[in-house]
Amino acid sequence: MSLKKKLGIVFLSLVLWFVTYGYLPAISHGITYTLFRLTPGTRLASAVEFFMYDSPKVLMLLALVVFGVGILRTFFTPQRTRQMLVGKKEYVGNILASLLGVVTPFCSCSAVPLFIGFVTAGVPLGVTLSFLISAPMVNEIALVLLFGLFGWKIALLYLGTGLAIAFAAGWLIGRLRMEKYVEDWVYKSMASSVEEEKLTWPSRISAGGRAVQDIVGKVWLFVLLGIAVGAFIHGFVPENFLASVMGKKAWWSVPVSVLIGIPLYSNAAGIIPVVQALLEKGAALGTVLAFMMSVIGLSLPETIILRKVLKPQLIAVFLGVVGSGIMLIGFLFNWIL
Amino acid sequence: MKIEILGSGCPKCKQLTANAEAAVKELSITAEIVKVAEIDKIIGYGVMITPALVVDGSVVSAGKLLNKDEIKKILAK
Repeated sequence: MSLKKKLGIVFLSLVLWFVTYGYLPAISHGITYTLFRLTPGTRLASAVEFFMYDSPKVLMLLALVVFGVGILRTFFTPQRTRQMLVGKKEYVGNILASLLGVVTPFCSCSAVPLFIGFVTAGVPLGVTLSFLISAPMVNEIALVLLFGLFGWKIALLYLGTGLAIAFAAGWLIGRLRMEKYVEDWVYKSMASSVEEEKLTWPSRISAGGRAVQDIVGKVWLFVLLGIAVGAFIHGFVPENFLASVMGKKAWWSVPVSVLIGIPLYSNAAGIIPVVQALLEKGAALGTVLAFMMSVIGLSLPETIILRKVLKPQLIAVFLGVVGSGIMLIGFLFNWIL
Repeated sequence: MKIEILGSGCPKCKQLTANAEAAVKELSITAEIVKVAEIDKIIGYGVMITPALVVDGSVVSAGKLLNKDEIKKILAK
């Protein structure tokens, strides 16, 4: 397909997207009260309306974001990211790695080859870890959904704190000189580099389209489940019910949220509707932020994968440092807001 | 022709293997399809992001789930 044709399709889809998006409140209202004939003001009605409004909204936002990010990511391959990071010293290296973690395509199943590829090419351990922390934790999907549902302040807060944790944790681990806790075989393996293919604009657009099929196809069920949980909380949990357990005064709720979040594994898109409902019912922002970061940033499956290249001591430090960072952020926000 | 699929068992790697098998079948060529899951071998090819496709010892794609037609195009070269 030619570039013009592709751009035409993209343009038409965007117009359709914005028109549909604008009508969502009316559509969900109509379904709830006209089609299902639910009585306004009841718990069930408010749960159903939440679900009918949020599901298409979140899925549509997700599709739009994934498309844009899919195109953006064709510019940031792991090879190029590595080139930028080789030989960088601490501070600059850690900052750059945290930022690149946000835009470089990453899947936790590639964490091991990526780690080895970085370390053997001369990217310092701490800098590599800044990247590996930031990549899953500062999730572009979460970022845009937060922006769409809560506004730019909370989105920016999430971006800033996520980057800060990735930077600080990587810097600290670099300072602790933990290279000897990397499995010995890692440094013996040799990295070579692959020639990069030249991409044209039509193929970048295709990459965006493919990302939408790929990611939305994989996460829509998580998203609907998340929204269903959110809708239940929205409709049936009384106002301020959570203030006593997840509110500002309950300081212990921050560490508990982080601990509960580690084994829980959901993708960013699924956790956000839950976050939305929790906040609405009186949970404190810091606590909720800590919970969310722990769920998407610290996952048990990824830790198990990393165990192949990191000795238990380093794994423990990794979990400890990142976990403490998240807790610190939770406390900080509960305290200042 | 020897086709290798690099990847340590993620769903995408399985899908890529299936797509490669379908492509080989449609082109009716004889090719040996091998799955490579060992990390050191994957690293040896310089691949940092899986799944990757290797044809006769050279990496033709990494980090992408190619569909059947794309693989056919690569193999026809």
